[in-house]
Amino acid sequence: MTRELKVALIGNPNTGKSSIFNALTGLRQKVGNYPGITVEKKTGICQLPAGLTAKLIDLPGAYSLNTTSLDESVAVEILLNKRDADYPDVVVVIAEVENLKRNLLLFTQIKDLGIKTILAINMSDRMSALGVALDVSALETALDTRIALISTRKNSGIDALKQLLVEHESLSENPVLDINKVDLAYFEGLKKTYPKISLYKLWLAITQDVNFMPIERQSIADQSGFSTKSKEELKRMQHRETVLRYQFINEALKLGYEKDFSKADGFQGHLDRLFTHKLWGYLIFFVILFSIFQVIFDFSSYPMDAIDGFFGQLAEWVKVILPPGVLTNLVAEGIIAGIGGVVIFIPQIAFLFFFISLLEESGYMSRVVFLMDRLMRPFGLSGKSVVPLMSGMACAIPAVMATRTIENWKERLVTILVVPFTTCSARLPVYLIIIALVIPEGRFFGLGYQALVLTGLYLLGFLASLLAAALLSRNLKIDRKNFFMVEMPTFKTPQLKNVGFTVFEKTKSFVVGAGQVILALSIVIWFLGSNGYSDEFKNAEQLVAEQLQSEQSSLSSIEIERAISSFKLEHSYIGQLGKFIEPAVRHLGYDWKIGIALLTSFAAREVFVGTLATIYSVQDGEESTITGRMALERDTLGKPVFNLATGASILIFYALAMQCMSTLAVVKKETNSWKWPMIQLVFMTVLAYTASLLTYQILA
Amino acid sequence: MISIDLLKVGQKGTIVEELDTHVPVKLMEIGCLPGNEVELVQIAPLNDPLYFLVDGSRIAIRREMARFVHIDLKP
Repeated sequence: MTRELKVALIGNPNTGKSSIFNALTGLRQKVGNYPGITVEKKTGICQLPAGLTAKLIDLPGAYSLNTTSLDESVAVEILLNKRDADYPDVVVVIAEVENLKRNLLLFTQIKDLGIKTILAINMSDRMSALGVALDVSALETALDTRIALISTRKNSGIDALKQLLVEHESLSENPVLDINKVDLAYFEGLKKTYPKISLYKLWLAITQDVNFMPIERQSIADQSGFSTKSKEELKRMQHRETVLRYQFINEALKLGYEKDFSKADGFQGHLDRLFTHKLWGYLIFFVILFSIFQVIFDFSSYPMDAIDGFFGQLAEWVKVILPPGVLTNLVAEGIIAGIGGVVIFIPQIAFLFFFISLLEESGYMSRVVFLMDRLMRPFGLSGKSVVPLMSGMACAIPAVMATRTIENWKERLVTILVVPFTTCSARLPVYLIIIALVIPEGRFFGLGYQALVLTGLYLLGFLASLLAAALLSRNLKIDRKNFFMVEMPTFKTPQLKNVGFTVFEKTKSFVVGAGQVILALSIVIWFLGSNGYSDEFKNAEQLVAEQLQSEQSSLSSIEIERAISSFKLEHSYIGQLGKFIEPAVRHLGYDWKIGIALLTSFAAREVFVGTLATIYSVQDGEESTITGRMALERDTLGKPVFNLATGASILIFYALAMQCMSTLAVVKKETNSWKWPMIQLVFMTVLAYTASLLTYQILA
Repeated sequence: MISIDLLKVGQKGTIVEELDTHVPVKLMEIGCLPGNEVELVQIAPLNDPLYFLVDGSRIAIRREMARFVHIDLKP
């Protein structure tokens, strides 16, 4: 019977912890969320020699157990609570050769918790370039641990680490720091009151904002026998503790670590100056950004068309081989179309995360934050918000997912909430058709009116996102006392296997997480659009036939079919709903037909055009005919329905409205609750309604 | 004695014995402790944030925090 060994990985950011986790677990990984919060939980299985299986958990990156973010406090919660399901038997602290001294601070804290600890020193392939020499056995003695020298780049050291895990029994559980030295009287008092619990654990529980509690923090303070401390005094004690830790680390490093300082790297310095240069820095960044955006915009259309075609064929095929009826329609038009609607996002997600992963792995992303922080801060956004905001111009779904890199929860939330304002590619078909219909073809100083309007709409989206961000960050009462600090890692060549893992993991989490919601909503909308309770709906074919006869028009069988579809749509649940909301949308300049199209396009913005095509009984896909047909449409007074006022109103509505259930599904997944997507939906719908109302009333 | 937000690029110094109480524990843990060396590596194009080399760690912090860290300039 193989016993499962519970292993936790922890370490500073930028130490290659994920690479090591990937190397240990391969594809046997699972990503989810810690219950109730938005921190990502990464677990996996690793087969060790000697028939042992290790259950790995990849704890969020941390500089110290003195937490300043939600991510870091997750690690502390688990490590302080022996009864937690994830409490490890062994902790592997991941460090790397260049910042070993600082990495070891966390190591000493983990050791002091009394857990068996292994030190893994990564990026060992860079030792000679850095002029670093290590005496591993001297370090092992000084630090009271076992050390694995790893290079994920060269694929070495992983087996040695696995072997150390097998031999975990021999690891000591002794602390390295004598915490009494921080304040003798205080800690002696603590020891007397709680003799059975490790002093450092008590200390951590007192100073950190932790939830679980075998001992109530208040009761510790209330005990007579030793004095309570003010926040100021606690901070000074932490200061002393940090000084003591580094004294210990420096002593240990003297025995086992040597650095030849003449090996300073000039090239790194040159790159740094280039990427943060007043002119070149921004230029390079915007070129990179637009290239990413361009690739996503252009190249993803090929696989997306292929996917579209494939699912379309599949649906047709199902209709042929299965007997006609409700169930067949459900499968073909509801389920298959729904799944297609999820899969079609995969190319864009894959491309975006391919690039983001390259930027992060190479170390360049920190320089982006450095450049953009001053610009983004007034709007309550992070320097890291730029990439998601720009990616939103292709599609909001991967953009929202990309906000994971923003550590500060408030900045991340604000970015998630405003990304949908940036003009995504799905709005384009709607914009193009309406602009062609209502904007005249003239020129203004050589610039075509139509092109100007389109550019204006893009600007509107961008401005709306910034203003909304400013508004939200002023009003959202979430405060995380985080002071701004970004580490500037050395520039490295990205490891493609890590990029691959990231792309795979993000795609999978989207399909499984958001995919379910999107599929469910697709089926609901399909159902509402193809079923109705009224008599007109049930007798569609008959009524249409009668109508055609009275008009004495002779149509081909296809045209008759389209007329029936149009009639059915008009009398379906959605059609009834469209007629029901007509009084409300009339003030925006819309009739019930446009109203229906607005409702159906909640599924996806581009559906607006397709729905209008159905209502007007036009072959979907022939844009010129749709536009032509729409231009001919007249209202009860004989005036064109699609005039400037209505057209402008539709454009403004689409610019500001949340017409995308897939985005809502992703926001729900990323924020781990329905609260935020609902707020987003209400906020944007109200804003869109008001803005288009004003537009129509002013122009009409 | 000078606060590190007033440094010029390339200037360095040693952190003073008495750390300002506003310096957060996290900054100390990164290496901002008395006796350690700080060097200004780069200033962001819009004058904020500031990129420092602190006891071997490369980090960027905002001016509003940098003004609490005091050093004795190295000639």
